[in-house]
Amino acid sequence: MPAQQKFQAFLNETGDIARFTARLFLQGTRPRFEFRELLRQCYQIGYNSLPLVALTGFIMGLVLTMQLRPSLVVYGVASQLPLMVGIAIVREIGPVITALIFAGKIASSMGAVLGSMRVTEQIDAMEVSGTNPFKYLVVTRVTASTLMLPILVVIGDAISLFGSYLGVNIRGNTSFNLFFRQVVDNFAFGDVLPAFIKTYFFGLAVGIIGCYKGYHSTKGTEGVGKAANSAVVLASIVIFFIDLIVVQITDLLGLN
Amino acid sequence: MRETAPYEPIAAAPPDPVAAGNAPVIRIRDLCKSFGDHVVLDNFDLDVGKEENVVILGKSGVGKSVLIKCIVGLLRPDSGTAQVFGENVAELDHDALDRMRARVGFLFQSNALYDSMTVRANLEFPLRRHWIAMSQQEVDGLVREVLEDVGLAQTAEMMPEELSGGMRKRIALARTLILKPEIILYDEPTTGLDPVTGREISKLITEIQHRYHTASIIISHDMHCVRLTSDRIVVLIDGRNYAEGSYQQLQSSSDAQIHQFFE
Repeated sequence: MPAQQKFQAFLNETGDIARFTARLFLQGTRPRFEFRELLRQCYQIGYNSLPLVALTGFIMGLVLTMQLRPSLVVYGVASQLPLMVGIAIVREIGPVITALIFAGKIASSMGAVLGSMRVTEQIDAMEVSGTNPFKYLVVTRVTASTLMLPILVVIGDAISLFGSYLGVNIRGNTSFNLFFRQVVDNFAFGDVLPAFIKTYFFGLAVGIIGCYKGYHSTKGTEGVGKAANSAVVLASIVIFFIDLIVVQITDLLGLN
Repeated sequence: MRETAPYEPIAAAPPDPVAAGNAPVIRIRDLCKSFGDHVVLDNFDLDVGKEENVVILGKSGVGKSVLIKCIVGLLRPDSGTAQVFGENVAELDHDALDRMRARVGFLFQSNALYDSMTVRANLEFPLRRHWIAMSQQEVDGLVREVLEDVGLAQTAEMMPEELSGGMRKRIALARTLILKPEIILYDEPTTGLDPVTGREISKLITEIQHRYHTASIIISHDMHCVRLTSDRIVVLIDGRNYAEGSYQQLQSSSDAQIHQFFE
């Protein structure tokens, strides 16, 4: 495909996603609200992602601590290890890594499930059953994704810090209280709040892209595979773009 | 039999449902639908009377499924009207469309059972979505009744993946029946089934017509199914109502395009 056509296809898809998002807000704010399905999706998306987020968070905290320690020892600031790891995890690594893991698990699942429902006519069946499939399938999933990711990030950060505490104690001897006081006492408003707020946007982006790819899936089973795959790739890229924008905004606001 | 000019008409046309005082539940006039440059339906006309089984006969890809999707509002026609119970489907607002859909069942070619739900949940889904005020006991009774009607009373707690192709078709039919529709649209109900199961489904369609007093449009190119289920057959060729008549009338037609279906 020539570059011009590729660029045109990119613009078309961007426009389609923007329309999809506008439809999401329009339909999501009008009754009837699908609370029961929303709760089910919160369970599916949030609770079922917890083990993966916890495991990766723990390993991330442990490994980061062990790899940072030698450099800090060289500069004679090994005592600052909990502070540095804490800030890195809470401000950047925790939200971004958790969002990427979340995108890998949830965006692909949304793409595959909705894509499969599309090609097997289940979405049409829902429509002729008097159900608005967009509200029932898309609005609930995107809302659940937006609400669950921040909670997962908080839990992931906490587990990551625990991993870091164990990492500190492999080579040293620091009490649990001292470690957490050193981490928490040095946190500022600008460390925690922007990092927390951006996770809502990560969750929203993962939900929108996963659902968009699945809902508009075509070309049978091959299309379902493509939908799942491209949902993960695009969601991951968008997470980095949102992160880039948020860091610029917090910088302008003097929160960095 | 009625044929659109210039084809030679066959004598002894079936009674016109409208002339017989049987107001059509579906009336389609000049329906056109294209996808890009590909014209699928080209000024298609059709009337379906109460409790009448009309089979739409045509080759694959000629627009049979597009036609019934226009009737139920899943696709919007480019021009022309599809009236159901006297209302133009394309002009209905969301609530009116939902009310109309509660009276029209749709059996999908792929069955379209919700594969994450049990058979019971599949059957209860349309009831819950249409806000039908029923106690759980009444819902259970209705689920049992439609499952017995399709001969699968023991499958309520099974998942769709545990069922054979014929059983899935019956469950999809049960889901269609649970709202007691006045019209049922069947999209190739016997496709993908072995001949014996296909005949069973065809017999079930006629039983349902008699038991539930439904009007039906049956999309098919399975001639066993067509013979068993049709009160009237409409042949769809080049997007138009090419010919219509009873099975016997069309079978004896000398027109090569019609005759090819009966060979």
